[in-house]
Amino acid sequence: MSVDLEKILRPVESPMKPYEPKYMMLASGEAVVVRQVFRDEIPDLLKAVEPLLHVERDYYDVVAARVYAELLGYYQYRFQDQYVLALQVDGELAAIVNGRQVTPTLGLSLHTLALRRGLRIGAHGFAAKMEYHIDTLGHNEVLVVAESPIGFRRWMIEYKLEKRFHIPHELGGVPSWALTKELFDRARSKLVVGRRPVPPDLLDKAMDKILPPSDPPTPPLDPLAATRALYDPTATALVTQRWEMEKGAQNA
Amino acid sequence: MRDVYVAGIGITTFTRLEYPLSEIASYASMMALKDAGVTEVDQLYVANMGAPRVNHQTALASAVADSLSLLPAGAAAIENGPASGAAAIKAGFQAVASGMDDVVLVAGVERMREVNNLEATDFVATLTHPLTEYIYGVTLPAHAAMFTRLYMEKYGVTERHLAMVGVKNQNAALNNEWAHLQQEISMEGILDSPEAMTNNPYVAEPLRFFDACPVSDGGAAIILVSEEKAKELGRPMIRLSGIGQATDTHAVFEREEPTDLLAVRKAAKDAFEMSGLTPEDIDVAELHDAFTILEIAESEEVGFFPKGEGHTALEKGETALGGKIPINVGGGLKGRGHPVGATGVAQAWEIVTQLRGDGGKRQVEGAKTGLSLNFGGFGNNVVCLTYVRED
Repeated sequence: MSVDLEKILRPVESPMKPYEPKYMMLASGEAVVVRQVFRDEIPDLLKAVEPLLHVERDYYDVVAARVYAELLGYYQYRFQDQYVLALQVDGELAAIVNGRQVTPTLGLSLHTLALRRGLRIGAHGFAAKMEYHIDTLGHNEVLVVAESPIGFRRWMIEYKLEKRFHIPHELGGVPSWALTKELFDRARSKLVVGRRPVPPDLLDKAMDKILPPSDPPTPPLDPLAATRALYDPTATALVTQRWEMEKGAQNA
Repeated sequence: MRDVYVAGIGITTFTRLEYPLSEIASYASMMALKDAGVTEVDQLYVANMGAPRVNHQTALASAVADSLSLLPAGAAAIENGPASGAAAIKAGFQAVASGMDDVVLVAGVERMREVNNLEATDFVATLTHPLTEYIYGVTLPAHAAMFTRLYMEKYGVTERHLAMVGVKNQNAALNNEWAHLQQEISMEGILDSPEAMTNNPYVAEPLRFFDACPVSDGGAAIILVSEEKAKELGRPMIRLSGIGQATDTHAVFEREEPTDLLAVRKAAKDAFEMSGLTPEDIDVAELHDAFTILEIAESEEVGFFPKGEGHTALEKGETALGGKIPINVGGGLKGRGHPVGATGVAQAWEIVTQLRGDGGKRQVEGAKTGLSLNFGGFGNNVVCLTYVRED
């Protein structure tokens, strides 16, 4: 008897309405396009996420590792009912947000990974995925957790999320918080922006290719410098490092 | 009284720095010592506001002296709120001018991002009056917002003017590799677009997010020397030509006219008198723009523009690079960042950089004179410095 094991391993996917793209202006005056990314584009995202595994600040390493696994799982049909949205500026990847549908009335937020910082890009991405859950998929509420203090401030505090501590979140089993439709409606005027339809030239540029970020988050100057400084009271290591950098810059 | 010169300058990147506080100060100081070409100092002053509270560290100057192997130099920490940096420069000036010391290191340092933003805001708010302000929850953004509201009503300043200062200074920081904010912003993005209110929400109405400086870590240092020593070292002769310091009421409500920054006015007047300069003589200025409104108000109080006309001068581009009096061409506190104890020294660092002609893309052409204004409390302790390049 032959068994097609792949059919058993591969989750059955529920039909999910697509996300309608939108765009918004950032504080810089640049337009960012938010659109859904499907399976065939996932390798482009993986290339951009992988370097962040080594960024030991603001929990980029933890978040990147989990996002990488989620995207790979989606790409290889090992993740049920996941969706992925990308935020792009001039085609360049600026953020990735993803989540999944747990039931037809319940959504689950996975991650918000900003690859460009300082312009509320992550916040815009989070708002877009909540919009997808509540407005497009018709979920009554979305389970959310934060892995960084920045995320906690952005989601739990800005949206005034409700506690669902009796529900362990799929991310690490930690207590969940929830965004309900009512909370989302209250936040709409302040936190949710975007214009539709996206002008064709903007959308074409975004759809054409996901370009890697030109200014992604980078590791601290030297993650061990602070530790080493404890044994280096004259700060020689820090200064030497800087001088070497300056020398390198001059030679470049 | 002897003349005093700035022979060396150093700075760290202003950002979040995950190094011990004394290491940040030491790093900037080593840069300054190297720049001046000295290995020994008679005295060091370390400006800092929050080490005991935020970083659980006291006696910072002793730690820095040892860290830099400057023993047995005299060392003292100076805490004077956000004006700590310039107050430490004043102390260094006095030490050299009096003849007591020939070489003095003045460093400023702060590591505010060791705590979260709520704690950082609370820490800065401890400079307010404990009985009439702090206990009622007043913070510096709240003070600045009330001041801004009055200024708008009295002089016609609008949110557009505030945003113009924010855009000017934050974008100027793009030309300063040491500055905290390396992100361009536009009027459309923060004020005019449908998304502007989300991109740039009110933090204390009428002040918005981009009207406030960031919370930063960082250090800066300068070396002050006597004229004889300055000539011996052979660095550009930048003389610290004038110093003025003044105070105002601790509680802002006690001021007869809250939109008048009398301590700024007096400090600038005294600095000009000491230096023999006038506001018209100044080629480049560093003003304390912890909030955008302060650049406008201070530009009037130091005498660059008549009272109530700072915002119209801003509209005409007179405070931009290439304008009549370029202000905060290195980003100011808004773009460079505001590690409170370091700011006064960082302002001196920027002015000396300009007077040496080392400003690169932000260089004010032919700058020979400069002014820096370090604003402590909500204007209750202010230090103004003037500088002249002599060679």
